Amino acid sequence: MTTAATKKLALSHLWVAFAAFIVACFMGEYQVLERSGFISALDSAPVYFASVSTHGVLMAFVLTTFFIMGFGYYIATTTLKQPLWNLPLAWGGFWLALFGVVLAAVPLLTGKASVLYTFYPPIVAHAAFYIGATLLVVGSWVWCAIMLVMFSQWKKANPGQTVPLAMFATAANAMLWLWTSAGVALEVLFQLIPLSLGWIDTIDPGLARTLFAWTLHPIVYFWLIPAYTAFYVFVPKQAGGYLFSDEMARIAFIVLAVFALPIGFHHLYMDPEQAKGWKLLHGIGTFVVALPTLVTGFTVIASLEIAGRLRGGKGLFGWIGTLPWTNTMVLSVILALLMLIFGGFGGIVNASYAMNAMIHNTAWVPGHFHLIFGGTTIIMYFAIAYYLWPILSGKPLYSNEMALTQLWLWFIGMVILTTPWHVLGLLGQPRRISSVVYNNLLTLAWKPYELAMIFGGLVLLGSACLFIYNLVKTQLNPTAEALTEELEFAEPIHAVTALPEYLNSLTLWNKVIAVLMVISFGYPILQFFIMKTFGSSAWGY
Amino acid sequence: MQIDTAKILAQLRTWCTEFNAIHIDPLEKKWIAISLAVVGLFVAIITLDALFHGINPPSKVETIDSASLHLSTEFAEDKLGVQTDAQGVITVRMVAGRYSFFPKHITVPAETPLTFRWVSMDVLHGVHIPMTNMSTMIVPGYVAEITTTFPKPGEYPLLCNEYCGLGHNHMWSNISVIAKEDWQASVKSPAQGEQK
Repeated sequence: MTTAATKKLALSHLWVAFAAFIVACFMGEYQVLERSGFISALDSAPVYFASVSTHGVLMAFVLTTFFIMGFGYYIATTTLKQPLWNLPLAWGGFWLALFGVVLAAVPLLTGKASVLYTFYPPIVAHAAFYIGATLLVVGSWVWCAIMLVMFSQWKKANPGQTVPLAMFATAANAMLWLWTSAGVALEVLFQLIPLSLGWIDTIDPGLARTLFAWTLHPIVYFWLIPAYTAFYVFVPKQAGGYLFSDEMARIAFIVLAVFALPIGFHHLYMDPEQAKGWKLLHGIGTFVVALPTLVTGFTVIASLEIAGRLRGGKGLFGWIGTLPWTNTMVLSVILALLMLIFGGFGGIVNASYAMNAMIHNTAWVPGHFHLIFGGTTIIMYFAIAYYLWPILSGKPLYSNEMALTQLWLWFIGMVILTTPWHVLGLLGQPRRISSVVYNNLLTLAWKPYELAMIFGGLVLLGSACLFIYNLVKTQLNPTAEALTEELEFAEPIHAVTALPEYLNSLTLWNKVIAVLMVISFGYPILQFFIMKTFGSSAWGY
Repeated sequence: MQIDTAKILAQLRTWCTEFNAIHIDPLEKKWIAISLAVVGLFVAIITLDALFHGINPPSKVETIDSASLHLSTEFAEDKLGVQTDAQGVITVRMVAGRYSFFPKHITVPAETPLTFRWVSMDVLHGVHIPMTNMSTMIVPGYVAEITTTFPKPGEYPLLCNEYCGLGHNHMWSNISVIAKEDWQASVKSPAQGEQK
């Protein structure tokens, strides 16, 4: 039931996402060059921080949000086999979000919003930046509403039936995002916009940081869930096998959505405005949310093993060699899992409460999230794009060879970029610096790593250009006959029988989230209204 | 509102029965058990260290008016730096402001517990001393307190690690950690350490 109109809607979202991506990739390479100080003509703190702010907003907010929306619309119509609910509303959300992006881009690119994508009050940007970011989020709420309406309509029309796994994950992500974005929405609507417009004189940065921490962890899972969805519903089929367990996949998505939310204080471990008991509570929750990732790793690798053995692989590791390494989806998942293992290890260090002091706000942290977001998550966005583009555009992919080269380059580039980044953090380099001017011998040890990072960034930029080139050539192919491919979803090796209603619905989990959020954020937010606090006035930068 | 315990228990029992009916491969069950054990071990180590060894991040929820530090009894200019009280307990009071940490150079002893009290006079900052556990955010409106011990003497930089404006990378100062014996020899007056 996916009409041409829905395909156009999905494709439009994905093009906005990847247009933002390629612009941000060029900025990333500029930043690594500027920061190294090897080319003195580039030295400029104002340009650097305008670029870093824009790079963060484009990658973390624009690429992800538009990709997730476009992907979700297509998943909903294909898996539920019903037309999109309210197409005009979906377009309304698209244009609202796009208008928000343009509105925010003006102050960002003119250096009027160099506050980084994490805002950092009491430094204040031009109000248009906050208003634009808000409209982007409101546009994404339209998507959430459409996903949840389609989910419940289908359930009503098909009582007792199991919701297709891909749609279950998408609906869980919509619920997750509504909860997630509420924290930053409170910060922006009640603190940042009023302050930037001069309606209020002071704000409490402690409260602002607490509200932002509400959003800052689960937003990562909002970005990651499409990648995990591809792991479960596309990869086994593309590899030539079956999904090892459909039920465990649902459990993993539920635990991800529920426990991603009440754990944001691991971003505040080093902060003075929250007490240690709350930090420890959120720290323990952070370890709980590692469980669904461990389960996902097992299920995906087991599914790959089934495929490898069906293809004639023998022995303990023989099945790895028989996997279709020339399939973009399969290659992507292998590379994504490799990056997830190393990135996950780094994440355990970050999560480990007081141990966080060792790496907090050092270069280790951007190294970590570039590996796990830029690596694991984005390589799966590539894989999904390569899979969807021929279907959405009705034309065959321009070059599978080029796609494989691009994926390998992305992996190699990411390793070359992020390994030295982690080491720099352990050597004490702070993050978010535009140049190294500390008059200290320690900084001599940093130089070779910065050189390696420039090279890593260059490989990534080359890979990103190949990716966009391949998609554009596919889209612009004039001679191609119309393809009529449809998505193929993996079959579970055991058919799902006797699925409890609570693994087929989000109602119970929505209530569980509400309880957990009250427990973990109730008093920590309330305390700012109980104790005597002192506001900060707005500062420029 | 009356809570019907029996009904809730019955509901929970149904959920458990339903859960047990799900097909989960024995191998996957083993993997989940291993995962739970590993995660449980990490959580146990962190929790026991926090509760019994006092290993916690800086978390003293103490507010202060960042706009009037110069008038405060604790963070006025002449009160800053290293102070040793009558019991020999060392407190280091520091102000972070664009773009330095004040005082710009301090000297402290190695192998001695030091309590740092950090405040910001303007925006958000963060500070760490590379190769040590001295790391904290400095949020305007709050006092960040952290107690730590430097194991090795040496010259260390104090680096701002949170974006605080276009001059962020220029925000740093120095700390000299000297041998414990040298410190005890140098401290004549118990009220005042070295300030430059």
